[in-house]
Amino acid sequence: MTNYLDFEKPLAEIEGKAEELRSMARQNEEMDVADEAAALDRKAGELLEELYENLTPWRKCQVARHPDRPHCQDYIEALFTEFTPLAGDRNFADDHAVMGGLARFNDQPVVVIGQEKGNNTKSRIERNFGMARPEGYRKAIRLMEMADKFNLPIITLVDTPGAYPGKGAEERGQSEAIARSTEKCLQVGVPVISVIIGEGGSGGAVALATANKLAMLEHSVYSVITPEGCASILWKNSDKMREAAEALRLTAADLLQLGVVDRSIREPKGGAHRGAEDAIKAVGSAISEMLKDVEGMDRQQVINARRQKFMSMGSKGLAA
Amino acid sequence: MNWITNYVRPRINSIFSRREVPENLWSKCKECGTMLFHRELKDNLNVCTQCDHHMAISPRDRFLALFDGGIFVEIDVPTPIADPLQFKDQKKYPERMKAAQKKTGEAEAMLVAEGEIGRTPIVACAQDFSFMGGSMSMYVGNAIVAAAERAVELKRPLVLFSAAGGARMQEGILGLMQMPRTTIAVQMLKEAGLPYIVVLTHPTTGGVTASYAMLGDVQIAEPNALIGFAGARVIEQTIREKLPEGFQRAEYLLDHGMLDRVTKRTDMRNELITIVRMLMDMPPAIVGDLPAPGAVEEAAPAEAEEPAEDAKA
Repeated sequence: MTNYLDFEKPLAEIEGKAEELRSMARQNEEMDVADEAAALDRKAGELLEELYENLTPWRKCQVARHPDRPHCQDYIEALFTEFTPLAGDRNFADDHAVMGGLARFNDQPVVVIGQEKGNNTKSRIERNFGMARPEGYRKAIRLMEMADKFNLPIITLVDTPGAYPGKGAEERGQSEAIARSTEKCLQVGVPVISVIIGEGGSGGAVALATANKLAMLEHSVYSVITPEGCASILWKNSDKMREAAEALRLTAADLLQLGVVDRSIREPKGGAHRGAEDAIKAVGSAISEMLKDVEGMDRQQVINARRQKFMSMGSKGLAA
Repeated sequence: MNWITNYVRPRINSIFSRREVPENLWSKCKECGTMLFHRELKDNLNVCTQCDHHMAISPRDRFLALFDGGIFVEIDVPTPIADPLQFKDQKKYPERMKAAQKKTGEAEAMLVAEGEIGRTPIVACAQDFSFMGGSMSMYVGNAIVAAAERAVELKRPLVLFSAAGGARMQEGILGLMQMPRTTIAVQMLKEAGLPYIVVLTHPTTGGVTASYAMLGDVQIAEPNALIGFAGARVIEQTIREKLPEGFQRAEYLLDHGMLDRVTKRTDMRNELITIVRMLMDMPPAIVGDLPAPGAVEEAAPAEAEEPAEDAKA
């Protein structure tokens, strides 16, 4: 069963009708519905294309959060071999919102780290909906240090609503953990390659997305605050999330123009959740290309290039 | 109409209006309710003389009290592009900026200066919570980078007073990108082997704590300052329970190992001098009143110049 988003309602109706016709035909062999059903399919296809060509920023947020969208684990399983998960921050706990470990990407050993939201009730709770606690960031720091020591490129997959707002998380230094993780991203002498595959939620995303090269899936978002949060503060009304999403410039296209991301990855028709395999493949080739972009740089060059990128960021604005 | 209304009354009025009467001679402490005389409050650095409640202090007033003789030189901060996203909520961003500038009399939410504290040369930055919640904008990022660069150039420590609700929403992702940018500034100090002292003041939250405000060599907070990543209301809604008394306050963080010290504002200057001088391997500060540095330095060149002019003549 497809999970439809609110703006996909007309699509759901057409696809529902086609399905209804086909099921009627299955029960009654004399009925010939093939032509009619095909016409409905065509119509649905056109509508889908149209809807996704012109997604508003708020709709992109909805797509980025879609429960059926491929998540970190799907990408790791499909794109990496010999993935060997490594656990724990050696301090307090193992945070399942952040997964990571050693793996091979096109046979090259790398360290891969990402936020995982989970795909059913049980795994979502286990993964804390992709919201990391300090331990998650400290695990990431530990893995980045290992990558740095053994000269392995770091690949991060970002997908989080934000860092977890919890009592224990605060007590154990959520902000310090995020600050140190960002610091580590900037310190390592190996390339950091990052892809925002869903939600890039504020500081919780920055902690892993401070990379030499950053790509974003076409319908993913990266923002200083959720549109709902922004609306409730600036509009004093959280229902104004559409306006807030518009104002925040959180889409891949805008961020590309602002120089915050280096490339936008095209998603299959109807979004990554309608063609997971193609989306994953596209992310894979983007990672390969980004790794090529940083090939041949020595450790100091890697560090300097990353610094330079962030130091000059924002000098142009949207007008450029 | 006679000479009284035309001449005498205006004269009398002008005599009275010329006397500058501050709007509020008295302010009430929010904690203990004591009425405090404005001059007494100012002398005590906006700390209640009855209950030690720390009220907000502007970066300029803080620097006047911090630096020897109140003398400091402001460091230029490169001006970033204005309104990069052409952001508009209920008001346009440039309008909000203008209102904040008018309210505070400052250009932006961070003041950067160099000077001496107890004859110890330092660079300092102070964030202004009354300027759009102290929010981290591209300017604030530039200010911290400029401060770090100047500190490295002069081989001085950097002392930073933080106060902010987080990144500036009106600059969207570019506000958020000040997290890595300011982290690079901290790294510059680290590479130069220079101390970076953070003084967390009420309130410091969000992306600011998750970057430069938590990366100090020494982390000091003012008493009862609110310090945290997520807002207490958001946490309560998420975990559906009441948070304990004092949650996210300076003393609570100290108990949980997140800070080095909690220090009263009135003791802060001496403490900073002590710490910075030890980290810079300087001899202990001389205790006691010294003449303002200007008084001594101004006298010396004046003497030297006079004979030179005589010689020319």
